[in-house]
Amino acid sequence: MIDDSVAPNSSVAGRIGAMVLRHLFLMRSSWPRVLELMYWPTIQMILWGFVTLYLLQHSTVIANAAGILVTAVLLWDVLFRGQLGFSLSFLEEIWSRNLGNLAVSPLRPHELLAALMVMSVLRTLVGILPATGLAILFYGVSVYELGLPLVAFFSCLLIMGWALGMLVSALILRVGQGAESVAWLAIFLLAPISSIYYPVAVLPEWLQWIAWCFPMTPTFEGMRAILIEGSFRPDLLVHALALNVVYLVIGAAVFLYSFRVARRHGLLLQQGE
Amino acid sequence: MRSVTQQPPSSTPATAGPPAIEVRDLSKRFGDALAVDGLSFSVVAGETVALLGGNGAGKTTTISMLLGLLLPSGGSVELLGCDMARHPHRVLHRINFSSPYVDLPRRLTVGQNLRFFARLYGVPDARARLEQLGRELDLKPLWQKRTGQLSAGQKTRVSVAKAMINRPEVLLLDEPTASLDPDTADWLRSYLERYQAERRVAILLASHNMAEVERLCDRVVMMKAGRLVDEATPAALLKKYGRDNLEEVFLDIARDRRAEPRAGDSAGRALGDSEAAR
Repeated sequence: MIDDSVAPNSSVAGRIGAMVLRHLFLMRSSWPRVLELMYWPTIQMILWGFVTLYLLQHSTVIANAAGILVTAVLLWDVLFRGQLGFSLSFLEEIWSRNLGNLAVSPLRPHELLAALMVMSVLRTLVGILPATGLAILFYGVSVYELGLPLVAFFSCLLIMGWALGMLVSALILRVGQGAESVAWLAIFLLAPISSIYYPVAVLPEWLQWIAWCFPMTPTFEGMRAILIEGSFRPDLLVHALALNVVYLVIGAAVFLYSFRVARRHGLLLQQGE
Repeated sequence: MRSVTQQPPSSTPATAGPPAIEVRDLSKRFGDALAVDGLSFSVVAGETVALLGGNGAGKTTTISMLLGLLLPSGGSVELLGCDMARHPHRVLHRINFSSPYVDLPRRLTVGQNLRFFARLYGVPDARARLEQLGRELDLKPLWQKRTGQLSAGQKTRVSVAKAMINRPEVLLLDEPTASLDPDTADWLRSYLERYQAERRVAILLASHNMAEVERLCDRVVMMKAGRLVDEATPAALLKKYGRDNLEEVFLDIARDRRAEPRAGDSAGRALGDSEAAR
C-alpha cells in the first residue's frame, strides 16, 4: 500500500524555488540568452551617452544635468526588461510545451506568477547591472548617485513591468503563440507618453491626462526632479505606487481569469510549437 | 539491455474500497460538438484500467478533465476523493501523468529536468529518489544529455520517470508506449506491472495497443464518440464478443459490427443492443 512516510509535500516557497531553479538551469545552459539580456541595455546606454556628450555643448538643460538621458535610458530599460523578463519566462513554458506539466503539478497559478516575477527581477538585474557599470566607466554617469530614490524608481518601474507582463501572458494564453510579438511591442505603445526623455508638459494637455494615468510618468518626473532640481518629490512616488497597485491587481486578475478560461477551453495542453 | 524481472499479468482482483478515480456523468462540449457525453466509471486502488477508443473518441479529453486541465461542461471527476474541477491542488501532489501532448523542457538536461520536478512536487529525499529512478529506468547514461537531444524512446523513459517522481497514488498514462520499439515497450510494461504490484495504485491507461491492454489491465472502458459503449474485464469482453483478442473486439465496436456469439454463449450480445439499452 501507499507509504505515507515518503509522501510528497511541497511548500509554496519550495514550488516557487523550483520554478526559479528551472529558469536558472535554462539561462546557464545558453550563454547567448544571457548575452542578449545584457546586449540591448548596453547598446542603448552607449548611444544615449554619445547623444548626451553632443548635447552637452548645445543644451543648457543637459549641461545642468549631464546624466539625465543616460539615467532615463537605464530606468526605461528596467521597465522594458522587467516586462520582457516576465513575458519571456512565461513564453519559455509555452515554447517547450511544459505548461501542461506545470498545470498538473502542485504549482498554483498565483505561484507561477510569483516565480515569473522573481525571474523578471533576475533577468532585469543581469541586463541592467553591466550597463550601469559601463555608464560610470564611459561617461562618469552613475545612477547610484540617485541614492535611495533609485530603489523607489526601480521598484515602481519593475512592478509596472510585471503588470504588463501579466497582461501580455494572459493574451498569449488566450490566443496562442501568434501573440508573442506583443511581448516585445507592447511597451513601446506607452513609451511616447511615459515622459522618459522629455517632461510630461511637452505633451498636449489632453495627452497629459492620459500620461498621468500610468506610473511611468510620475516615476520619470520624479527622476527629473532629483537630477535637475535636486529635490525628491514624495507626492510623485505615492502617485506612482498607487497606480502600480491598481495595475498589478488588474494584471493578476486578467492572468488568473485567462488561466481559468484556458482550462475551460482545453488550451493548456494545446499551447506550444 | 536493462534487466527487469518479467512479471505475470496481475491476476489479483481489484482491491475493494473507495474509488481512487470516480467519474460521474461527465460531459464536455466544445461549441456544438459533444466530445464526452455522460461518461461514468471508477477505478479503485490496485486496479489498472484501460481507456480505449478510436481517434476522437474522447480519451484525451477525458484524461484532461481527470487531471483538472480541462473543466467539464457537466458531471464530476473525483480523484482520491477530491473534486478536480473545484479543488485540484488538494491532490495534485499525489497524482501524476504522462502524455504525448506535453514535453519536458528541451534545453534542460535529463538530470536538471528531474531535479526540477522533484522539487516542484516536494519529493522527500529527492537525491535518493532520482538515484532510484535513474537506476530503474536506465537513465544514468542520459543524465547530462539535453532532453531535446534524446530519441523518442529515451524521451518516453524520461517522461515516465517524471510521472513516477512523486510515487503517485493515481497514475494517468496516455499512450505510454506509442513511440517505443518492442523491446523497450515490453520493458516499460514490466516496470508498470512491478510498480502496480509494489504500491497498489490506481492506473488509467489510454492505449491503442490491444496486446498491452490485455497484459496490463484488469478492466477495459470502451469509448466511442464520447460515450461509454462497454466496460468489462478483457476476458469478459472476449467472451461477450466471441473474439480471440481485444483488437477484434475493438474493431467490432469501432465499426458497429455485430458480434457472433459463440455457440452456447449466452453472454454474447450485439453491440447495438448494448448501446440501445443505454
